[in-house]
Amino acid sequence: MMSENFKIVIVGSGPGGLSAAARAAEHGISHLLLEAAPHLANTIYHFQRGKPVMAEPAVLPLRSSMSFAAGIREHILETWREELTRHQVNYRVGATVTNISGQSGAFQIKLASGESINAEFVVLAIGVQGNIRKLAVPGEDLPMVQYHLDDPDAFSNETIVVVGGGDAGVENSLALAGQNRVILINRQEEFSNCKEANYDQLMAAVAQGKIETRVSTLTERIDALAPGNFNLAYVAQTPEGHEQIDCHRVIARLGAKPPRQLVESFGVRFPNSDSTSVPQLSEQYESNVPGLYIVGALAGYPLIKQAMNQGYEVIEYILGNPVEPADEALLREKFADVPDIHSVSEGIALLRVNQPLLAPLTTLQLREFMLDSTVRVLPRGEVIFNRNDYSNSFFSILEGRVAIQTEGQNGEEAVFGLEAGNFFGEMGLLSGRRRSGTAVASLDCVLVETPRRSMLKLLYSAAGVQRKLDEVSLKRVVRSCLDTSLPERELDYLVHEAQSKRYAVGDVLFNEGDKADGLYMIRRGSVTVSRMVAGKEVVLAYISAGNYVGEMALVSNKPRSATVRAASPTEVVLLEAVRVADVLGRNTSMRRKVDSRYLKQVRSDEYAPSSESSELINFLMGQGVGEATDVLLIDYARCIRCNNCETSCADAHDGTSRLDREAGSTYAQIHVPTSCRHCEHPHCMKDCPPDAIHRSVNGEVFISDNCIGCGNCQTNCPYGVIQMAVKTEYKKRSVWQVILGTGKQASEADEAETGNLPKKAVKCDMCKDIIGGPVCVRACPTGAAFRMSPENFMEYIK
Amino acid sequence: MNKMQGATLLKYKNYRYFKATSLLMALAITAYVLIRPAGGESYGGTWLGYVLGILSTLIMVFLMWYGITKRRISGAPERRQQRIRTTRSDEMAAQLKFERRKTRRKTRGLSGATLQEWLSAHVYLGASLIVLVSLHTGFHFGMNVHTLAYVLMLLVITSGFYGLNVYLNYPRLITLNMAEDTLDDLLLKIAELDELACTRALGLPDEVNALVLKARHETRIGGTLFQQLSGEQRDCPTRHAVQQMLHLGEKYNQDDQPKIMRDLYSALLRKEKLVLRARTEIMLKARLECWLYLHAPLGIALLAALTAHIVSIFFYW
Ligand SMILES: Cc1cc2nc3c(=O)[nH]c(=O)nc-3n(C[C@H](O)[C@H](O)[C@H](O)COP(=O)(O)OP(=O)(O)OC[C@H]3O[C@@H](n4cnc5c(N)ncnc54)[C@H](O)[C@@H]3O)c2cc1C
Ligand code: HEM
Ligand code: SF4
Ligand code: SF4
Repeated sequence: MMSENFKIVIVGSGPGGLSAAARAAEHGISHLLLEAAPHLANTIYHFQRGKPVMAEPAVLPLRSSMSFAAGIREHILETWREELTRHQVNYRVGATVTNISGQSGAFQIKLASGESINAEFVVLAIGVQGNIRKLAVPGEDLPMVQYHLDDPDAFSNETIVVVGGGDAGVENSLALAGQNRVILINRQEEFSNCKEANYDQLMAAVAQGKIETRVSTLTERIDALAPGNFNLAYVAQTPEGHEQIDCHRVIARLGAKPPRQLVESFGVRFPNSDSTSVPQLSEQYESNVPGLYIVGALAGYPLIKQAMNQGYEVIEYILGNPVEPADEALLREKFADVPDIHSVSEGIALLRVNQPLLAPLTTLQLREFMLDSTVRVLPRGEVIFNRNDYSNSFFSILEGRVAIQTEGQNGEEAVFGLEAGNFFGEMGLLSGRRRSGTAVASLDCVLVETPRRSMLKLLYSAAGVQRKLDEVSLKRVVRSCLDTSLPERELDYLVHEAQSKRYAVGDVLFNEGDKADGLYMIRRGSVTVSRMVAGKEVVLAYISAGNYVGEMALVSNKPRSATVRAASPTEVVLLEAVRVADVLGRNTSMRRKVDSRYLKQVRSDEYAPSSESSELINFLMGQGVGEATDVLLIDYARCIRCNNCETSCADAHDGTSRLDREAGSTYAQIHVPTSCRHCEHPHCMKDCPPDAIHRSVNGEVFISDNCIGCGNCQTNCPYGVIQMAVKTEYKKRSVWQVILGTGKQASEADEAETGNLPKKAVKCDMCKDIIGGPVCVRACPTGAAFRMSPENFMEYIK
Repeated sequence: MNKMQGATLLKYKNYRYFKATSLLMALAITAYVLIRPAGGESYGGTWLGYVLGILSTLIMVFLMWYGITKRRISGAPERRQQRIRTTRSDEMAAQLKFERRKTRRKTRGLSGATLQEWLSAHVYLGASLIVLVSLHTGFHFGMNVHTLAYVLMLLVITSGFYGLNVYLNYPRLITLNMAEDTLDDLLLKIAELDELACTRALGLPDEVNALVLKARHETRIGGTLFQQLSGEQRDCPTRHAVQQMLHLGEKYNQDDQPKIMRDLYSALLRKEKLVLRARTEIMLKARLECWLYLHAPLGIALLAALTAHIVSIFFYW
């Protein structure tokens, strides 16, 4: 077969690919843009109808042959289509790339249709949405079989079969159930794959007869019916046999296959097995396969503007044109205050030299690192952060000296000095807890402050960084957990061959009766300690990051006296028993500390909680309190169900309450309403394209104004506490309006007014901007509502 | 009872407001006994009477202000706007964070009184009015606006005591009665049982069918205010049906009738329990709420009468 030849083939027509193709067309080079979907820009195409698309980050200038500004989805797609025609871009839709082989100058690109295309260079811009999983049965591609639901309100009075018992399937079913007959098909026996909030809603809808379900059911085929009442016959195998359901439409929500495997099959390497890991690229976006370039979301840049800029730049780089990246000006500004640094490359070089931790990074990664970070030039004596702050950024010392003042378990103070080339703040970053010490500039300093998200991304994308960070931080963990006065030599000895271990919720660190294998320093997460009492497992204690467990058996030389389990995703450093024993033998001060904790533990075992409180602990753990930093609880023995907590919350937050008092579970008169737990490691932050979710110094997890309304956080929060809401012009009532009973009350915002406005994610911010603190608690007339953090958790229970 | 269940309204801050009002009342009584009431004349006219009168008026205004605080606890709009403006930009927030935390700590005590604190004070100060105002009257009553105000006050206070009582005791009962269910859940289950009972009864004689149908259509949950408050329905058709089933069971015992009758009986029994729970829920909630519809309007009436009382005093000086 004759195959066509192009200089540049661009795979994927999202913002990144479109921009690259347009630039190539402008230059008049032979090019081809390949798109798997039947239309361009598939990801944007599937945004909700009428979705306002935001142009974040606002400070970044756009440089592309295509235009882009904040606007409605339809308008943006229309503009792009026009510009594509104007630039005479050569594109092909419905062309899925399945394989890329060859090398720079001679790539062969295979399409699903079997065709093959030759190219000198390939630009990969396939995003991270992945390939939607199809039903893989006859009839999967019939016209009324769809794999997306963009606008539930577009369908009414239909019989719709929804396939897939995950969150997407359940959410779609719920959205459609109001005006359609919905049958939800689940392969599994139970709906255990979806979030609790969705599960509860689904069960309610099923109980009310609004949704029918079939479980343990496999799709067999879909047939088109002769024109008549129904379009399709959906045939499935149920536990009772074959069943045919005549319907108008089948919506299958089976998730997407992440593109990583495909990309790896092209020869591209990822530095890490973590799902957030991105391929390592050169400054020119070139991957480890020479001639194969990667831009956009797949390269780790999750916003439209970034993808478009890179599409433009990558073409220039391929053509060998030196272009200043669009973010150059931003970077220059970052370094503006640093003495003796006059250009961005000098700044980057300084970073590379003065921070060994960052040495394994490519220049591109360093640039991105700097874009997210801020350079802080501090005079001597300035406080950088305080002990017990909730900040979680990471600091690198470029110049100067920083003193860290910590306080050990027993209240003794210790001060460490850190020189240029060191870093600090990693403990708060990794544990998600309060800062364990105060950092002060002890000389004039130049620091780089990097936010949590960028640092985590770095750890997952550059294997070397993680290793280097661990070398130093392990010792710091041991020192802060065990004994702040331990000499460096002993620390080295202790952490030699120490293992870092991870546990999922409910995993056992060790069992009652086990032989003692060592001392467990909890670096992240939290654990419960429990023991069998009269055939029942009774929880004795809840222990959080920054502490250790396992000293009882070491000190007493007996088998483990209790079982320790992870209460939230937990990471520990395990110190070998023999080494710990050696060091204990040589250091009386440490010996005394461990002994005193041992005695305290023995004593508190005497006051072990009753099995009822133990049940309560288990209940609360199940509700996510184990990973919370501050959670709203309601004592239902005093709650008069007046909902003043909700009303006042709405009043304080533009008319939308961020808590749902009635939803949620109750045990022993303690009710956990649906409201944010301010998790140590907020799941909601995981996948926020504009990085709009932050934690403030006081611990509140909040969403800032640059939220683009993508809904990822809503999907990621396991507790269902995030809502998408329109920001309305809400006015509080004045005293006179309250007295006379006039003016609009909270939560009475008009549907009509809010119909077409952009929705943004809203959640509890613990009233961080309100004098007096959380309104829900203050508004409760009987004092039933209270907030609790894990630090005082055990006090409450015992 | 575990430690999570903190202090009740009465015990709030270790009886702070109980102690304060007790002191106030003790002072008032002592003063009253020491400074003997002037014979015959209205006692309010003496200087102690004036003091007590003004004090009681202030307390009443404070008690009424509770209703406003309850709706404005989230803070005054003006101040909040200002605050948001000052903390808007992230960089600025970073610079200000240190000072900000300090101000936040400082202001917490000043404007951060919780509604619970307000209510604890409300309850004790409200109750103290019985003593303060009685002393203020010098125990002179008659058919006039002054005594009207006094009576209204007693009514408000009585309803307040009722409210306090239900607030302290009912919440626990609600949780015990409902567990994890909501009222809607119960109603749904009841409807399902009704459906089941009706289908099961189809093959049985008319007598049974009539009974089941009556139980389905005439059982009322909620209903009139009185029914809501009592948590009962007189001659409840469901209860009646359950009782009748026992007799009818003996009557219809041919073929498969006994089995169907048993099923029917068990369905009706389950329904009866659910109905009882639903009515209890409604009853508890209604009792928890109803008194406020007297308490607040009577409070307003009291304020009006009080105004009349004060105005008339100055008129007839
Ligand atoms: C709900 C939602 C809302 C968002 N809102 C905003 C917003 O308001 N503002 C903003 O800046 N960003 C927003 N984003 C992020 C934005 O969508 C992405 O940053 C952007 O789309 C990334 O562009 P890209 O070109 O890298 O990849 P994509 O846009 O994902 O494009 C990849 C293209 O490649 C195609 N493709 C995939 N595999 C193959 C293959 N094998 N062969 C051929 N073609 C293939 C796909 O069909 C797709 O068209 C949002 C994201 C979501 C999910
Ligand atoms: C003259 C005396 C009193 C006046 C004028 C008064 C007035 C008020 C007012 C205006 C409210 C607000 C109602 C609302 O906004 O919903 C209220 C609520 C209340 N009052 Fe009183 N009150 C008085 C005495 C008392 C006493 C003596 C008690 C108890 C012993 C009491 C207990 C309560 C309670 C429990 C509430 C309900 C709180 C709530 O649900 O938020 N009151 N009162
Ligand atoms: S304000 Fe307090 S009493 Fe009222 S519903 Fe909320 S928690 Fe219950
Ligand atoms: S929104 Fe959800 S995931 Fe995020 S902090 Fe709150 S509870 Fe945790």
